[in-house]
Amino acid sequence: MSDHDAPPTLGLSTGPATSLAYHTGAWRTERPVYVDLAPPCSLACPSGEDIRAWLGSTQEGEAGFEAAWRQIVAANPLPAVMGRICYHPCQAACNRGEVDEEVGINAVERFLGDTAIARGWALPEPGASSGRRVLVVGSGPAGLSAAYHLRRRGHEVVVREAAAQPGGMMRYGIPAYRLPRDVLAAEIRRIEATGVRIECGARVESLDEAQAEFDAVVLTVGAGVAHHVDIPAGAAAKIVDAIDVLRDVASGHAPLLGRRVAVYGGGNTAMDAARTARRLGAQDAVVVYRRTREQMPAHPTELEDAVGEGVRVQWLSTISEVSGPTVTIERMELDEDGRPRGTGEFEELDADTVMLAVGQEADLSLLAGVTDVEVRDGVIAVDPGTLMTGRDGVFAAGDASPGSRTATFAIGRGARAAAAVDAWLASRVLPAEPVLREATADRLTPWYYSDAPQQHRAELEAARRVTGFEEVLTGLDAEHAVFEARRCMSCGSCFECDNCFGMCPDDAIRKLGPGMRYEIDYDYCKGCGICAAECPCGAIDMIPEVR
Amino acid sequence: MREVLEGSQAVARTVARCRPGVVCAYPISPQTHIVEALSVMARTGELSACEYVNVESEFSAMSVSIGASAAGSRAYTATASQGLLYMAEAVYNAAGMGLPIVMTVANRAVGAPINIWNDHSDAMAMRDAGWLQLYAADNQEAADLHVIAFAAAEELGIPAMVCMDGFVLTHATDVLELATQEQIDAFLPPYSPAQALDIENPSTIGTMAGPESFTETKYLQHLRFLDAAGVIEAWSERFRKAFGREAGGLVARYDPDTLDRDGDAPPASAEDLAVVAMGSVVGTLQATLAPMRAEGLPVRLVGIGAYRPFPREALKAALGDSRHIVVVDRALELGAGGVLTGDVGRALAHTGSRIHSVVAGLGGRPILEASLRDAVRRALADELPALDFLDLKAGGVPEPPVGATEVAR
Amino acid sequence: MSTVHIPFLQTGTLAVGGRLLDDAERSVQSHADRPSSLTKGHRACQGCAEALAARWVMDTAVEATDGRLVVANATGCLEVFSTLYPESAWKPPWIHSLFANAAAVATGIASSLHAQGRDDVRVLAQGGDGGTVDIGLAAVSGMFERNDDVLYVCYDNQGYMNTGVQRSSATPASARTATTPAVGRHPGAPQGTGKSMVKIAMAHEIPYVASATVADLRDLEHKVRTAMAIRGARYLHVLVPCPLGWGSQSSESISLSRAAVQSGIFPVVEARAGELTDVQRIRERADVEEYLRPQARFAHLFKPGGEDGLQRWRALAEANIRHYDLLGGRP
Ligand SMILES: Cc1cc2nc3c(=O)[nH]c(=O)nc-3n(C[C@H](O)[C@H](O)[C@H](O)COP(=O)(O)OP(=O)(O)OC[C@H]3O[C@@H](n4cnc5c(N)ncnc54)[C@H](O)[C@@H]3O)c2cc1C
Ligand SMILES: Cc1ncc(C[n+]2csc(CCOP(=O)(O)OP(=O)(O)O)c2C)c(N)n1
Ligand code: SF4
Ligand code: SF4
Ligand code: SF4
Ligand code: SF4
Ligand SMILES: [Mg+2]
Repeated sequence: MSDHDAPPTLGLSTGPATSLAYHTGAWRTERPVYVDLAPPCSLACPSGEDIRAWLGSTQEGEAGFEAAWRQIVAANPLPAVMGRICYHPCQAACNRGEVDEEVGINAVERFLGDTAIARGWALPEPGASSGRRVLVVGSGPAGLSAAYHLRRRGHEVVVREAAAQPGGMMRYGIPAYRLPRDVLAAEIRRIEATGVRIECGARVESLDEAQAEFDAVVLTVGAGVAHHVDIPAGAAAKIVDAIDVLRDVASGHAPLLGRRVAVYGGGNTAMDAARTARRLGAQDAVVVYRRTREQMPAHPTELEDAVGEGVRVQWLSTISEVSGPTVTIERMELDEDGRPRGTGEFEELDADTVMLAVGQEADLSLLAGVTDVEVRDGVIAVDPGTLMTGRDGVFAAGDASPGSRTATFAIGRGARAAAAVDAWLASRVLPAEPVLREATADRLTPWYYSDAPQQHRAELEAARRVTGFEEVLTGLDAEHAVFEARRCMSCGSCFECDNCFGMCPDDAIRKLGPGMRYEIDYDYCKGCGICAAECPCGAIDMIPEVR
Repeated sequence: MREVLEGSQAVARTVARCRPGVVCAYPISPQTHIVEALSVMARTGELSACEYVNVESEFSAMSVSIGASAAGSRAYTATASQGLLYMAEAVYNAAGMGLPIVMTVANRAVGAPINIWNDHSDAMAMRDAGWLQLYAADNQEAADLHVIAFAAAEELGIPAMVCMDGFVLTHATDVLELATQEQIDAFLPPYSPAQALDIENPSTIGTMAGPESFTETKYLQHLRFLDAAGVIEAWSERFRKAFGREAGGLVARYDPDTLDRDGDAPPASAEDLAVVAMGSVVGTLQATLAPMRAEGLPVRLVGIGAYRPFPREALKAALGDSRHIVVVDRALELGAGGVLTGDVGRALAHTGSRIHSVVAGLGGRPILEASLRDAVRRALADELPALDFLDLKAGGVPEPPVGATEVAR
Repeated sequence: MSTVHIPFLQTGTLAVGGRLLDDAERSVQSHADRPSSLTKGHRACQGCAEALAARWVMDTAVEATDGRLVVANATGCLEVFSTLYPESAWKPPWIHSLFANAAAVATGIASSLHAQGRDDVRVLAQGGDGGTVDIGLAAVSGMFERNDDVLYVCYDNQGYMNTGVQRSSATPASARTATTPAVGRHPGAPQGTGKSMVKIAMAHEIPYVASATVADLRDLEHKVRTAMAIRGARYLHVLVPCPLGWGSQSSESISLSRAAVQSGIFPVVEARAGELTDVQRIRERADVEEYLRPQARFAHLFKPGGEDGLQRWRALAEANIRHYDLLGGRP
């Protein structure tokens, strides 16, 4: 061949992927960043559960159940109980409600709670002993939660309970058809197994004595005393407090109520009272309520269940007189402010028994003579951050303190009180609860979630329900629980759907492997915003690029 | 083995013996016989391990060739005239990409007016496309040139056109001796593409060059193109040794007296009138000039074998001291003269040469020996103008008959 | 339309991947070690769906062929933004020749490979709508008609974007382009013009024709995989929003594609040998406005006088819904 002094140019060819030399990141005016936001479910959960996380573990199926349960008991030691009785404000807040139906968080929680009981999973071992002793007064959900969380922190915990059995309202208020007692007992036993000592039939009479014995005291005495209204009543009138009836039933002494029962009030106690009446043989159970359905404090599902069992409700009605078996009712109407006022129209109703369910009060007799613990509006006043009362080392939580009167709130506040006690014992400042950014529904791209209706729990047939205290709602089986968990959209937290990684036109995202999430290569990311727009759960923010 | 063959058949068989991997073409006169013959050979298996692709246009024919060549196949196509211009964009592209495609151009006039007959205006339109252009003086050379073309193109990474006059050669029957399969196998190295779309060594071919690299790219192509002269010469020389006959080369020299082709013929001398031409007219000129030489007239013949790259040095060497040149040109640069004349003029710049351009044979007009002889005589008598149209008819084109216009009304 | 039937898993097959899916059930794009055949450092505009679709298509084809893939590319944005010398964003062997000849170059490659006995190596040709529907149509048609073993992919951004957004015959009616400005009595691209490349391809009765969008990766990957399992001429038409040409936000390229499909404007179909074999049903019906409004090229439709044009879009969507039964019998 001859000599050539010129090389061929060959179509100006070049090597593959030589474009890496060109950093397109310089074009960016906005940069994507991965964020972790608080989902509305957790923000609405008074127990402070990391719902998204434990639903996430549940999604894995069998392999994830125990991890999921452990994520729940990090906050709430009573999943099987709460999976039954919680009014689940988390579900009302759940973003999936805007897509189809909210995630059945509560049903999955129950499934995990029941699974844990069946498999005998133990609560986490307590931490190293602190040498400090704490007394918890009352063994309702607030007390149990406080005790559990204190014990986890290594403190020696004694719970003193006036009643014969632990559990507070869960034991003596909430009927067994909603909360079987063996479930409650199992979960309480598990708390005891961590070293919490529960002394029943041990009413605490004096705060000073208690303080002499313990380094700190948590008052979780609940609100177990019925509130009273004055109703003109004849001698033959049989008027009882609903809360007492429920307690008697729970103690095994079901009272005779007769065939026709009127329940006065519109809360959950009223609903349980009416439903209990039906189970005790009342043919006719009527709830008399002053306001409208919309204003009723009872949880809508409670009302539905009651109605499903044949309970009637008389809306906009007050009992003005009870005379023998005759109850006189005044019709009400709403004024401009939505408050009920009498119309002067009356009607009569036959009732063998009238049950009053117009609210409960705290029995604060142990504070008699204690001046530095303030009682305001019938409950113990506390510092909203630390839950400490006016007296050093004395804390309060649950129904006896301000706030919503639900078991879930009681658990959350019990846990908070435990943290506060722990900090106080260590002379530490308890950090304020962080203000979290919410993963609001408008951040989501719900398109990506499969169409999937909620897996509803089967209910006992209405006919069978009213004859006994058998549990009404059955649980989900594993398959359905997993399905339900998978309906969770993981609002505000990357669940590794690969959308950002797969949809970046600039191949600028690196996938780091299972559980490790992703990394943006800012050398090449042009800041188009597709990843943020197409992240199903809103876990990517676009923020202005500052150079 | 000597055989009686049509030019197109000779080319087709020789091409087949060069073992192309892909042959792709679109029919246009006067190229048709070549590709028809190849398609038959592809069907009969004579052309084995080769894909014959029938496409929908010349543009696609060249594009298929580009793809095939880039994918590692020896690629061949053939066209003419309108077809060459229809594929023009791809013709340039193949060269820019450095793909050694070989294409036969059965030279034909370019319309309008549409005309299927021979001249060189099609190939001339592609003179700057970056292809080698090799011109055949006769059918023996036409066939042989394809072997040289594949060899040179592949060594250089530059595509090559083998130009043969349409009809005059393609459809003419001669006694020819074709290179045999064994000879070609021994002569032509197997195609080993400098760049191939290779899954083992992937590369990106056909990038975009910005102002910062385009000039340099073109400069390198230019240097490479300059190299081509030596490469063509070398392969032609090798061919001569291997086959015992002359073909190709940059410039063809002819014996002063016999006018037979002779690479060792002396250069022209100062008193000689040199006639420069390319293509089949060289044969006519051989016949024309031999008797004039016998008369004692100082005339010499120089053939252009490689029009691209233009063989400036070889031409000057062959012309020796002659400063009086007649270029017989088969393509017209409107407003200027013969196209080849322009190249010759540029090659002879500053030599003080007198150059006449004789534009002849446009659109298939026969180039008669008598007419050529007349032109040469006039040149010798200093009566030939700088630009002359051979056998130009007085009165221009005939008037259309009137009937048609009346009917239309 | 996605083939793998996946039990309900949070996002099922709607998202790119999903930690709950078995590896084998995940999309090619979800793999950390995906080919990334068109990799970073290319110069496409922010949010260019053509760049995205090209990576998706090619990665799938690379996987389907076990890396034995050669690509021919037409002139256009895709080529220009990926291969400015001395850089190339491509990983597979790749060639660009001209605007109109990608299909023919691909035929040449396929012929060459066949002649070399390398039928294991497959060929993909790709170009923009201009390079396919307009200037390259003859070559594409020839490749189809000969049933050459090439998958041709058209990235349809509905205009000549590389040259500055001029009208092509894939530009929809009303769309403003540099050569169909939104001025005068009939602003934007004229009504009643343009052609359907999918229908043209189907008319060639080639083994496989499909349309897809960047709104459904699984569908697109499935179609590329299906195409690569077939020999002969195959055609895939992918709608690729172009933020620059459409006047949309760079972040909207996926959502616009989704709206195009869910409104019925862009039918996502599959056809074999000229017969329609599958149609992607509308999942959540969207109004045409959801597609049109975010695009500045249609801004005049939402100004006084635009009602007529808007009405025609609705009619087009309705016609598609009827013709392809996009609602699958639902009202
Ligand atoms: C009928 C009914 C149904 C309900 N249903 C629901 C429901 O479905 N979901 C829900 O979230 N909430 C429900 N609630 C509310 C919920 O039960 C309470 O909000 C919750 O139990 C409050 O917990 P606690 O720990 O603060 O108090 P409690 O549960 O009332 O426990 C307080 C305990 O302290 C003990 N105690 C009191 N004084 C002393 C003392 N001096 N010494 C020792 N022990 C003492 C009491 O015996 C009692 O056991 C219901 C309540 C009622 C009445
Ligand atoms: C023969 C020819 N005519 C015109 C052009 C100019 N040109 C280059 S790219 C292009 C538009 C490409 O449009 P399309 O194929 O739709 O691809 P896009 O850039 O929109 O992705 C044009 C007109 C060219 N390169 N070659
Ligand atoms: S979808 Fe999941 S994370 Fe979002 S609010 Fe509902 S339960 Fe919480
Ligand atoms: S798009 Fe998917 S993978 Fe990316 S951050 Fe969001 S959830 Fe995680
Ligand atoms: S999709 Fe890619 S280029 Fe766009 S913002 Fe996200 S990381 Fe950056
Ligand atoms: S003009 Fe359009 S198609 Fe071209 S690179 Fe930009 S976004 Fe992509
Ligand atoms: Mg386009």
